[in-house]
Amino acid sequence: MGAGHAHPLHLPRESVVHRLPPQIKIVAAFLGVLCVVATPREAFPVFAGYLAVLVGVWVAARIPPGWILRRSLIEAPFVVLAVLLPFTGPGPQVEWLGLTLSEPGLLGAWNILVKGTLGVLTSLTLAATTPMRDLLVGLQRLHAPAMVTTITTLMLRYMEVIAGEARRMRLARLSRGHDPRFLWQAGATARGVGALFLRSYERGERVHLAMLSRGWTGAMPVLTADTTTRADWVRGLAPVGIAALLAVTGWVIA
Amino acid sequence: MPVAPPSLLVRDLLFAYPDGHQALHGVDLRIEPGERVALLGPNGAGKTTLVLHLNGILAAGAGSVEIAGLPVEKRHVQEIRRRVGIVFQDPDDQLFMPTVREDVAFGPANFGLAPADVAHRVTEALAAVGMAEHTDRSPLHLSGGQRRRVALATVLACDPEILVLDEPSSNLDPVARRELAEVLLGLGRTMLMVTHDLPYALQLCPRSVILDDGVVVADGPTRDLLADRELLARHRLELPFGFAL
Repeated sequence: MGAGHAHPLHLPRESVVHRLPPQIKIVAAFLGVLCVVATPREAFPVFAGYLAVLVGVWVAARIPPGWILRRSLIEAPFVVLAVLLPFTGPGPQVEWLGLTLSEPGLLGAWNILVKGTLGVLTSLTLAATTPMRDLLVGLQRLHAPAMVTTITTLMLRYMEVIAGEARRMRLARLSRGHDPRFLWQAGATARGVGALFLRSYERGERVHLAMLSRGWTGAMPVLTADTTTRADWVRGLAPVGIAALLAVTGWVIA
Repeated sequence: MPVAPPSLLVRDLLFAYPDGHQALHGVDLRIEPGERVALLGPNGAGKTTLVLHLNGILAAGAGSVEIAGLPVEKRHVQEIRRRVGIVFQDPDDQLFMPTVREDVAFGPANFGLAPADVAHRVTEALAAVGMAEHTDRSPLHLSGGQRRRVALATVLACDPEILVLDEPSSNLDPVARRELAEVLLGLGRTMLMVTHDLPYALQLCPRSVILDDGVVVADGPTRDLLADRELLARHRLELPFGFAL
């Protein structure tokens, strides 16, 4: 299912994790991140434990760690902020390699870095094992508001249609001598964005008519039968159980 | 034996848009079960406006529309929309779900069919348009002709009393155009086809209706209407270069 919606963060594999119903994976990822966030930043070994749990999931899902790590670079811009903290934070100061660093700043940076990284790695694991379409099915089964699932479902379908339209408009501009490298031609690009918005808006109205014509009443019909078992939940939430134990350990040792 | 009511009965239909533009000036149209009728007319004649009245998206200012004896009214709009299957001009508007299967299932599921029946309808409808092997693909990755046939399947899956096709041949290459014609002829369903493509109308519809300026100005065998060059010229219609009847 979901062929043709392979997003760049998805890694199709045959594995226990891939086969889990999507709603379990969403719940597990959410609770897992909660555990990480709730852990005191001074409980250093616990964070290594979280990483070990994730590595365990990757092994079960047959995802090469390098594949995930490359994609986790998405976090880089946020790291910059964290790196600044030791230099700008308040005292007391510590000396390290001739640099004077703020101790609370260092801890703050560590806190952002480790929790952010674990959060990104968890999300990437969810994305790698669940196609976009299934994520939506999962949200629907978790009773996310109908408006949200409807909008996301339509977005999934129309993103590429709109991107195609934008491409054609850009070609039309270029064919008539438009060169967006020149600043004074930025206006044409801006108007193009405006026109694209109007086109998409009109398409939205036509899609709405087509939906009404086929009996749309305000919510996406549920089209895939839910065959989730208790065993699925137990399997899917097992890593979260370990994470919860780790979080408790963190509170005890910190 | 009781006589079946006409699939479509439009009586003295009047409609004005909120901005005051009077689009329909009293349209009368009767289509019997099994008929295939082409609705011809220049741009701005009111064809689309008429189509949107057939399933209750627009409400008549005066006059009435009945689908197989059931009047188009707010209280049974859902049943009306099941009975009238509109295939819109741009398949990208019609196919809004992530996969072909989900799109074809959308209508029957909304009309309250049980999941097993929905699945059955999906299989049947896709088989009827020759797209059974593309069930799990995204509409994005289909050709124009394939999209058009899936759009048709989304409507067939609702088992409509009458199929309404808006410019079915637009943007199709000659082969896709012919394949679609073969599919449409093979369905054996009541059909109203809105089109500018006069040869296509001749190929598919024994009867044609010309709508201009909000009224029906001609109604008869397609071949007779298309042979009347004066009539066509009066209503901004003409056969493509090289065609003569």
